[in-house]
Order: sequence, then C-alpha cells, then structure tokens
Amino acid sequence: MKNRRDFLKVAGASALGLSTLSAGNAFAIGEHFIPADQTKKKDSVLEGTRWGMVIDTRKLTPEIVEDVTHICREKHNVPDCQLFEEPKKNKEHHEIKWIWEEHFHNAFPNMAADFLAKKLEDTPFLVLCNQCENPPCVRACPTKATFKRPDGIVLMDFHRCIGCRFCMAACPYGSRSFNFQDPRNGLVDRKPTNPDFPTRMKGVVEKCNFCAERLAVGEMPHCVEVSKGAITFGDIGDEHSEIRLMLEENYTIRRKVALGTGPSVFYIV
Amino acid sequence: MNDKIKIIAGLAIFVLIFTCPFWINGGKAKDVPKPVLSEKALAAKTCVLPKDEMAKNHMQLLDGWRNSVVRNEQRVYIIKDANGIEKEYDMSLSNTCLACHTNKAEFCDKCHEYASVNPYCWDCHVDPNVKEASL
Amino acid sequence: MLDKALNGSKSYWLWLAGLSAIIGLAFLVYMKQWTFGLGITGMHRDFTWGFYIAQFTFLVGVAAGGVMLVLPYYLHDYKAFGRITILGEFLAIGAVVMCLLFIVADMGQPTRAMNVILNATPYSMLFWDALVLNGYLALNLIIGWKLLEAERNGVAAPKWVKPLIYLSIPWAFGIHTVTAFLYSGLPGRGFWLTAVLAPRFLASAFAAGPSFLMLLCFIVRKNTNFDPGEKAMKTLMKIITYALIANIFFFGCEVFTAYYSNIPEHMAHINYLFGFGDHSHGVLVPWMWTSMILMITAIIFLVQPKIRNNEKYMPILCIMVFIGTWIDKGMGMMAGGFVPSPLHHYNEYVPTVPELMITVGIWCVGFAVITILFKIAVSIKEEIRA
Repeated sequence: MKNRRDFLKVAGASALGLSTLSAGNAFAIGEHFIPADQTKKKDSVLEGTRWGMVIDTRKLTPEIVEDVTHICREKHNVPDCQLFEEPKKNKEHHEIKWIWEEHFHNAFPNMAADFLAKKLEDTPFLVLCNQCENPPCVRACPTKATFKRPDGIVLMDFHRCIGCRFCMAACPYGSRSFNFQDPRNGLVDRKPTNPDFPTRMKGVVEKCNFCAERLAVGEMPHCVEVSKGAITFGDIGDEHSEIRLMLEENYTIRRKVALGTGPSVFYIV
Repeated sequence: MNDKIKIIAGLAIFVLIFTCPFWINGGKAKDVPKPVLSEKALAAKTCVLPKDEMAKNHMQLLDGWRNSVVRNEQRVYIIKDANGIEKEYDMSLSNTCLACHTNKAEFCDKCHEYASVNPYCWDCHVDPNVKEASL
Repeated sequence: MLDKALNGSKSYWLWLAGLSAIIGLAFLVYMKQWTFGLGITGMHRDFTWGFYIAQFTFLVGVAAGGVMLVLPYYLHDYKAFGRITILGEFLAIGAVVMCLLFIVADMGQPTRAMNVILNATPYSMLFWDALVLNGYLALNLIIGWKLLEAERNGVAAPKWVKPLIYLSIPWAFGIHTVTAFLYSGLPGRGFWLTAVLAPRFLASAFAAGPSFLMLLCFIVRKNTNFDPGEKAMKTLMKIITYALIANIFFFGCEVFTAYYSNIPEHMAHINYLFGFGDHSHGVLVPWMWTSMILMITAIIFLVQPKIRNNEKYMPILCIMVFIGTWIDKGMGMMAGGFVPSPLHHYNEYVPTVPELMITVGIWCVGFAVITILFKIAVSIKEEIRA
C-alpha cells in the first residue's frame, strides 16, 4: 500500500516535470528573434535619441485639426465608431482615439484658471500619446506588450497584449483605447482605409505610435505633414535640432508635468 | 461488484465516443493538401529560405520577423541564398510574403485548415491581393 | 477524502445541480463575449475596469479574511478557532478561484494569459498579483487538505505543514496589499493614489471575509450536526467589529485629506460617488449611501456586546457588513477611480445584463467549490465525533 502510494507520487511528479519541460520548449518560440547579423534598418531610416513634438496651438484652425485627425485615422485604419452596430446607443463608448481634439480645460485640467484667455477657451487642442520619458503604462504592463524604445517612442506590440487594460488605468492622459470589439466592424465594408498598414484585433489596447512605421522609412509622421506648420517633430535629445531651437525660443507647456511622467509633446499657447 | 455491468457499459460508451472520429470518417483519412504556388512564386523559383525549411519553420521565421520589426526596429532581413549571394527582404507578411504568394487561400489557408491551426495573423494583417472582397 | 463529496443528501445534489445549471447558462453568455469581445459589457473607453474587477478586488479581500482565523489559532494558540480554521482556509480557496476566473473573464485576449509568465515583468504589479494569488491558492489547498487528512486519521499533520501555515499568514496580507498596489501606484487617479489604500483594503477584508464565513457557519450549523462553537462565533463578531471600524476610520482619513486640503483632483471623485457638487451624474450615489449607512449602522449595533453576541442578530449584522463592504470596495472603488476621467469627463458605467450573468456564473462556481470543500470538511468532523 505504502509502496504503491510512493510510486504514484513519483510518477505524478515526473509527469508534471516532463510536461513543464516540453511546455518550456513550446514557449521558447514566443521569444524568437532573428539574429542581429541577419537584420538591419532601412537605409532611409530616421533615427533619434528622444523623439518629441511641439504643437503650436496659435496656428491650429478647425480645418487643420480636422485634417490632422482625419489623416491619422485613415492611414492607421482607426475604426469609425459610428459604423459599429453594437452598442446601439453611446457608440463613442467603443471609440478608438489616437490624436483627437479636446478643450483646454480637459487637456490641462489642473491648469484650468477662472479667467482663462478667451482665445484658449476657443482654441481646439490636439491631444495624443505623450510618449513619456517615464511612462506609467510601461510600468503597469505585465507582458511588456507596451514598451519604450531607445528613441523614446512608447510602442504597442499587439501580438503580445493580453487586454488587461492595466495600462489604460495607468495612463494619466486618457491616451489609450481598447478594442471592445473587432475594429474592422468600424471600417466601411470591413476594408482597411490603408491596405499597407495592419488593422488591430479585438481585445487589445492601442494608441498613437508617433508614426514609427513612417520614421522607419525616413518619413515624418502623417499629422506633421498635413498640419501646415502647426506641428513640429524632431529629436529633442539633440541640442542642435530645429525642435530644440523652437523650445528655446518659445514658452511651452506640457500636460500634467507634476506627475513626473516627462511628456515629449509640448504646446505653445 | 454489483456494478460490473454498469462499469462495462460506461467504458464501452466512452470508447465509442472517444473513437467517433474514426467511425464518422469511415477509417479513411483526408488527402493531404498541397500548397499551390502562384505564378509569381513559381517564377521567383526561390523563397526567403529553402523550400523544405520554409515548409517546416515558416512560423518561427515569421515570429522572428515580427519580434525583430516591432521590438528591435529592424525591418530588413539579410540572408544568403543557395548560390551564396546576399539578399535583402523587407520583413513584412503583407508586403513581402503575400506580394509573391498572391493566392493566400490556396497557399496558406488550405493547409492551415487541414492541420486545424488557426493563426491570428489575418485578424490584423491585410491580404493586399484582396481588393474587393471584405476582410 | 473526496469520497465525502460524492456522498450527500438529496438537497446537497439539488443545490449543486442548480449551481451547475446557472454556471452552464453563464458559460453560454461568456461564449458570446468570447466571439464578440468585451463590448458586450458596459465598460467603455473611460471606464475600463467594471463589474468583473470589482468582484475580483472584493473577493481577494474575502480570501485574505481567512487569515483572521489562522492567525489567532496558530500564533496565539486561540483554541476556540481550532474547529473552524479549516473552514476559513476552504473559504479562501473558493474566493481565490473566483478571483482568478474574474481576471480571465476580464481579459481581452484570454488565450494569451500565459504571457504574464512567459514575459514575466517584475516591475508590473499585475505580475506579482498573479504570483501571489496562485501561491495563496496552492498554500491553502495543501494546508487545508493535509490538516483535514491528519484529523481524519487521528494523527498529527506532517511536520512540513507548520512552516507553510506560518508562511500563509503574511502571504494573506500580501495578496491584498499587492491588489491595493495595483491601484495605489497609478499617477493621475486621485481616488486611488493614497498610501492608506492597502491598509483600508485589509481592514475591509477582515470585516468582509469573517462576515461571509459567519454566514456560512450558520448555514452549516442549520444543515449538519457540526457546531462551529459559540465562542468562536462571538470572537469572529468582535473581529468584524474592529475591522469595520478601521475601514470606516480609514475612509474618514481619506475624506479629511481630500476636503481639508481642498485639492480638486482628490475631491472630485468622492464628490461624484456621493453626489456632491452640481453635475448631473450619479448612478452610484444611492449605492454609495446605502453602503455607508449599512456599515455605520452595523458599527452602531456591533459595538454593543448584547446585540453583537446575540445569535438572533448575528446573521443580519453579517449581511449588512457583507453588502456594505461589497459596494464600498467593489463598484465604489472602480467608479471612484475612473470618474471623472483623467481629462475630467464624467462618463459613467452601468453593467449590462450579459456582464451580470457572467458574474453570477462565476459566483456560482465559487459557491460550488465552497460547498464541496465544506461538505468534505464537515462530513469528516461529523465522522470523528461519531
């Protein structure tokens, strides 16, 4: 009796050990990278030490804001929540936002003064992911699905995201959106507006990627190109860059700096 | 051991249910599908890696590609072909693989369906050859 | 010992069959969520954790609450708890099972759950939460099982169980502390960003867990020959009293800090929850006041030994504590954190019917686990007595 029990224990333990071993092998696939000597960046790549953005709100007009938000949605296949069949009402509950318009007092809730300049009250403010120097979302993510690149861009790896939405609770800027349903439900005929860029799948979080796919081939972000000079993009880690000159010459503000996140998006007001 | 009949009946039912795929298919296996090469792929003669290696390990290669592109910012794959000539490829499922294998249904889906694997590539990545039909 | 679970009365089987039916129905609803996505819930862009995570947070507390039996019994040799310590451990198992199921139900990509282990990320609190919860489950399973087995065979438990028991005590505090850290380490969420959150979580846990256990004790006593013991139950009521007072005290500290400092970002959330201020949003206002009234009324009764120690009033008091803390730490904790949003929008949340059904289904799984484990424990205790 005693012997049989011990045998069963040993057999059970070894079966467990074996299955973990083989499972370990299967899991190793998930971390597979191509060896560094077999890969390179494109020759035309734009590289920086810390990408940043200056938005000159004095130059923003409703038309520019419309162009900027539109090109971003179109080029990144961001769904239009009004096309969703569900939910029947409050379709904006499932809205995906990368760059969008807010009032000053929403973009800067802790700066909203009683006697705010009239022009600020009326100016449309563009908000997007701040690509923080010290991103709380990256700290929160349990799978490193969101991570910070050496050039400062905070990126999403949609293959890895488990959809726990911890990053959304962590982001103090509301810059992240969750795919509560298949985002293709929000594309006309379920067709991507830009076939060269993937869509996303249901159950993952997404946000602005500073057009990492454009920088990789040597182009400026889409929003910058249609902004008629209102948005400047550059390497704020490089003291000789154009954007650093702009920051030196103009008084700029950033959203919720007191939280220590170190936003890389600056506003001239 | 009054329950002998019950136990045997139970076992028999279990065995029957467990082996039902064999009974339903009449003991015959389905033909193994062969991936069909598009004209473009035929003309190219060679893939990124030798054919056998691609057939066996394309998932690892694609997994490596996506990690290298997304997480390491590397977009170009450099590999020597059979003649020792170095070639470069854009590491892109939609824009490199499917640019040549223009027949996703015949080339990818057929085998995946047969093997009952369900890669979620196409939940996000776009088949550039399907312009009209919805995703 | 499992044989005890297979040998029950008609009502035992009817109860389990009823639970299974609800679980089956809830599973069908979950299939809908599986195919469509979390969009079948009432959650939205500004309110990204809802009813599931509310239950999760509360139930981690219930699980940790079991330590209120283990600690006095093993560290202070408080004999009266000897009979029911096992029930506390088994309740913790049921609660942790529910917690894990609520986490899975809340995931956008549940098939990738193992990524948390594969890509282990020590700076993410969620990674630690997954570790401590599974660890606590394992600890309680092993300890509970071994102790009960030893009791049945009339021998002393193996020596290696003792260190595990001692380990399980700080571990219980750990699971709820880490759960609080999920919230309290996030910048820009004024309601959660407070050092008193973890202590407050523990306080409400030590009220909610024991009050749930008390209710279970009454059910067990009514349906079986097992008596948890009058002394043990009176002591549990005392524990509930102090823990509940601590919970309200900590909340009072929050209120003082927010309002005396007069910092809008900290006041806004409490204003929203309790309906102060002049905006028209407040789906939770009646709930929050219900919670407060339940907890404060319960305290008023509990501090009077005559009422607290009267078995006639114990169940109703425990129900008050349970519901009060459930609202407070469940939906109250979620809504307080998410409304207003970081951009000061007031977008409220109401759970949908499918969401509620899945929630009920998971609770039923928990009840089934607790029923079976309690059945085993109580049967063995009856057997020993006989």
